[in-house]
Amino acid sequence: MTATGIGAPVRRKEDFRFVTGRGRYVDDINRPGQAYAFFVRSPHAHANIRGIDASAALAHPGVLSVLTGDDIAADKVGGLICGWAIFNKDGSPMRAGPHPALAQGKVRYVGDHVAVVIAETLAAARDGAEKVAVDYEVLPAAADIAAARKSGAPQIHEAAPNNAVFDWHLGDKAATDAAFARARHVTKLEIVNNRLAPNPMEPRAAVGEYDFGSDSFTLYTTSQNPHVARLVLSAFIGIAPEHKLRVVAPDVGGGFGSKIFIYAEETVCVWASRKVGRPVKWTCDRTEAFLCDAHGRDHVTHAELAIGDNNRIIGLRVHTDANLGAYLSTFASSVPTYLYAPLLSGQYDIPAIYAQVDAWYTNTAPVDAYRGAGRPEATFVVERLVEVAARELRMDPAEFRRANFVRTFPHQTPVIMAYDAGDYEASLKKAQEMHDVKGFGARKAASAAKGKLRGLGYSAYIEACGIAPSAAVGSLGAGVGLWESAEVRVNPIGTVEILTGSHSHGQGHETTFAQLVSDRLGIPIDNVSIVHGDTDKVQMGMGTYGSRSGAVGMSAIYKALDKIEAKAKKVAAHVLEASETDIEFKDGKFTVKGTDKAADFGTIALNAYIAHKFSGQELEPGLKESAFWDPTNFTFPAGVHICEVEFDPADGVVRIDRWTAVDDFGKVINPLIVEGQVHGGIAQGVGQALYEGAVYDEAGQLVTASYMDYCMPRADNLPSYNVGMTVTPCPSNPLGIKGCGEAGAIAAPPAVINAITDALGHENISMPATPEKVWRAAQGVVPRQAAE
Amino acid sequence: MYEFTHHAATSVADAVGALGEGKFLAGGQTLLPTMKQRLAMPGHLVDLGKVAELRGVEEKGDVLVVKAMTRHVEVATSALVARAVPGLEKLAGMIGDPAVRNRGTIGGSIANNDPTADYPAACLALKATIVTNTRRISADDYFTGLFSTALEDGELITAVEFPKAKLHYAKFPNPASRYAMVGVAIVKGADGVRVAVTGSGGDGVFRWSEAEAKLKADFSAGALEGMKADAAGMMSDIHGSAEYRAHLVGVMARRALSES
Amino acid sequence: MAKVSMVVNGKPVSGEVEPRTLLVHFLRETLRLTGTHVGCDTSQCGACVVHVDGAAIKSCTTLAVSCEGAHVTTIEGLAQGDRLHPMQEAFRDNHGLQCGFCTPGMIMTAVDMVNRKGNRLDETTIRHELEGNICRCTGYHNIVKAVAAGAANMPAKAAAE
Repeated sequence: MTATGIGAPVRRKEDFRFVTGRGRYVDDINRPGQAYAFFVRSPHAHANIRGIDASAALAHPGVLSVLTGDDIAADKVGGLICGWAIFNKDGSPMRAGPHPALAQGKVRYVGDHVAVVIAETLAAARDGAEKVAVDYEVLPAAADIAAARKSGAPQIHEAAPNNAVFDWHLGDKAATDAAFARARHVTKLEIVNNRLAPNPMEPRAAVGEYDFGSDSFTLYTTSQNPHVARLVLSAFIGIAPEHKLRVVAPDVGGGFGSKIFIYAEETVCVWASRKVGRPVKWTCDRTEAFLCDAHGRDHVTHAELAIGDNNRIIGLRVHTDANLGAYLSTFASSVPTYLYAPLLSGQYDIPAIYAQVDAWYTNTAPVDAYRGAGRPEATFVVERLVEVAARELRMDPAEFRRANFVRTFPHQTPVIMAYDAGDYEASLKKAQEMHDVKGFGARKAASAAKGKLRGLGYSAYIEACGIAPSAAVGSLGAGVGLWESAEVRVNPIGTVEILTGSHSHGQGHETTFAQLVSDRLGIPIDNVSIVHGDTDKVQMGMGTYGSRSGAVGMSAIYKALDKIEAKAKKVAAHVLEASETDIEFKDGKFTVKGTDKAADFGTIALNAYIAHKFSGQELEPGLKESAFWDPTNFTFPAGVHICEVEFDPADGVVRIDRWTAVDDFGKVINPLIVEGQVHGGIAQGVGQALYEGAVYDEAGQLVTASYMDYCMPRADNLPSYNVGMTVTPCPSNPLGIKGCGEAGAIAAPPAVINAITDALGHENISMPATPEKVWRAAQGVVPRQAAE
Repeated sequence: MYEFTHHAATSVADAVGALGEGKFLAGGQTLLPTMKQRLAMPGHLVDLGKVAELRGVEEKGDVLVVKAMTRHVEVATSALVARAVPGLEKLAGMIGDPAVRNRGTIGGSIANNDPTADYPAACLALKATIVTNTRRISADDYFTGLFSTALEDGELITAVEFPKAKLHYAKFPNPASRYAMVGVAIVKGADGVRVAVTGSGGDGVFRWSEAEAKLKADFSAGALEGMKADAAGMMSDIHGSAEYRAHLVGVMARRALSES
Repeated sequence: MAKVSMVVNGKPVSGEVEPRTLLVHFLRETLRLTGTHVGCDTSQCGACVVHVDGAAIKSCTTLAVSCEGAHVTTIEGLAQGDRLHPMQEAFRDNHGLQCGFCTPGMIMTAVDMVNRKGNRLDETTIRHELEGNICRCTGYHNIVKAVAAGAANMPAKAAAE
């Protein structure tokens, strides 16, 4: 390992600009002549629009234009799309209603986009927006699944009778029912997977700009996947063909899924820039973000686990209701289906699994992928079930897990996935040692002596990442391929630019990707730059989500580097006057086998461009290669997290005393960055378990629309984390990488709840486990030394 | 924010004279967020930030005088405060976060009388006197309900006078906003035992007379064992029901005595 | 419109602003110092923290006109040319940032923390003092490490300004 190569904890290259305030985020961009957009949003969860009177707004000083759904329809701008087709049990397609960027006749959630006011200043736009008079006919609202599915519930979309989007299933129902019929013990749980607001610290923003000279658009936007944004804006929404639309996602301040999607505001900004003849800028404020960024989770699940002889799990059955909100966001339908049910086998050898998922429209913000997307929901189901089952069977929860671990690979689950590599026992063992599980009894006794309750909870998670083989996801309904692209441009002096379709919004690609190149080409890491986030520079890409940039994005770079090496060897053969088959390349040097003839990488790069040593007919000058990498399988990061909590039953405030995480991410490029991803993921998972919940009242008003009410985890809510790794290389990509971005958020919630319920001695608590809920649950629970 | 005009006052007299239909701007830590959300819309602001005579802490006989524009950080770190009214400096150090404490002022807090603010509990428990440009108001008469005070239009708080006594205060912060969900201030002083509760009362800060009666006989945490406030009249929201808040009042009262 | 003058990062500056202009918008839009960020509307996230007359404040909750005559330091004013402030260096060394959006506010808060609390800061103190700064990426683990390291590396009796 070199100081900057694969496996080295290299300090991040991008940090100089961030720590000096020189990052360049979308809101930092001002274009000449720019105007400002402010959206008129629905104050009602459900209403017909009888009319919109913009005259007073248009008369307000500085207001340039007020645009509504009629304008967007007149321009034949298409609606926003959901890019994953799900089919009902009977084979019919899901029932999706239209999703216009500006409301056409009806609004369906608080914050829905009614009109946009464009003005000389942001203040004037906002002042103008207040003067747009909208005549609403308020309709009854259905703010949650229970209300939406009731007979006589308000009809949100004509296309979806009874607000049912789809009823979908996966697995063998008959085999699963049979397993339950012969089970020795059945564990049952009712689970609410609480609704979350993603909250990247940078709110979304967009600047749309139209150039009359070239009849082309540029959209600067806070996107995790600018090429997908361009594809959707071109092919489906019809803003402009791809060669006339440039999408730039510069520094982006976190995404966690919420910046994957193609939203109304960005669409309107780019469309409106031609209409008003000015660049149009919109920056979301935090309250708008709470109202309109796609939320996450929001499942209600009935889950059952069947246990046979020898404490072996023989079946798992779930019925999940998923709230998809008022419209189907870009990948909404995939989250409670193919990103969820295929993970229900967890780390366990379960012969029969059946999942039924019903998805519903409600008068709430759209729900889509949020860090983990489906996999945290699945993991919560599985890890709560096994924990509770172990307790009911009076077994040590770790031993119960051990008894059911998958131990041979490859392992085909009954729900699509073929696990390729792993060693779950190794992670569990290491986690128990690092955590000092043996010392828990003494710690519990010490807590009890202070009148406090203490509990320990496990979570042995698995996830499917690196999303993923295009043909496979295509067969499951995905509207796009999920490969990744890379281009390696070697400059004449031997420096290198990597153009990648992955997008970094905190993940540190400028460092990690450069480590791979430095390692492979034997050149200093400072000689490598990573170019991403601009459709005019990078030809095509699928972006960053699903922990895929290492496994898929870097594999594409690796494949392109193979081509670079092959071509460079041809050049080296001419330069060193040797046969191509005798050229060897190592540590940045080309040598001729059995001789002392050598040339460094820079010399060969220069010669590739000077092209004096070979004829252009036999070898093309230049050194630039590109590659598309389409994986053969998902990747399967897995690990064990252990959470230990302590709380005073007098107030119910849960303090996390210690946290141990042992993850198997396959091969690690930069441990500093990987550990950082684990830390952040855990914090978001703890947020879900203890603090966060997006709450609507019955009328569909969002109660938690600011940090005054939506509880974000802060530094004093969290412990330092004890993070370790085990490694089983991933066999399906050349680097052996599995992915690490979502693991913490997937692992953490059940670990926390298992710890709290361990302390309580009963299972009756839901997320977020707020102080009041814990206080209520702890009534009558007496702090005792370790049970038995 | 809506448009407004701004006057940087140079003295109390100048501030009061310049007010008209406007509002005083102290540290702005509540007023400005409210205006940003367009929930408040004063057309004119009189900025007190440069009024030197409103700044500072001093001892005057039996009382500690905290002038209205004294920032929370100044109270939190004042040796004089810690000596004259021990516990008040700790309370000031629990308000908001460090950056908020660097701007927020006692006068602004008291004038706004947010039902979840900390200072009202201290004022009421200590039976402070709110001094304005025109009169002196006992804390007993000053706090009149949610965001409501005895201040008249155009009246400006110039100082708060605290009788010297030890202040016991414990706070249960709202998990999201970090404002007090329950804050209990307890003082045993010249006026006997006074227990003031902020954060939870449906009408704002209030005296908890049942606890006062118990503490009169035995000024200790033990005297309050098992006690909780009456849930009727308590605020209730997603962070805590009236019942939970009523329970926490007892917990925080005991902690105030056992931990401070 | 009102005229406002102040000293920002050691340079006298002035501008014509509406009285409703927040300090953060004066910095970002008038002076184009875009390192100071806006992450919320309610004064909780701390992405906008700058120093005014030596104390950390939330520039989204302060009017520009209230800062007439003040000395303001932003994240852009912390480094000496290419030489990073010890706190900036510590955030880089300890991977105390991911997306970078909360980072300027975190660093300005951390420097203020050291100015008030000294160079030796324990974990509990650091976590408590970061109450007004929200990070969504790092889980705070490496921020806490960075603040402790940066504090230790700042000169004793440090003055950031």
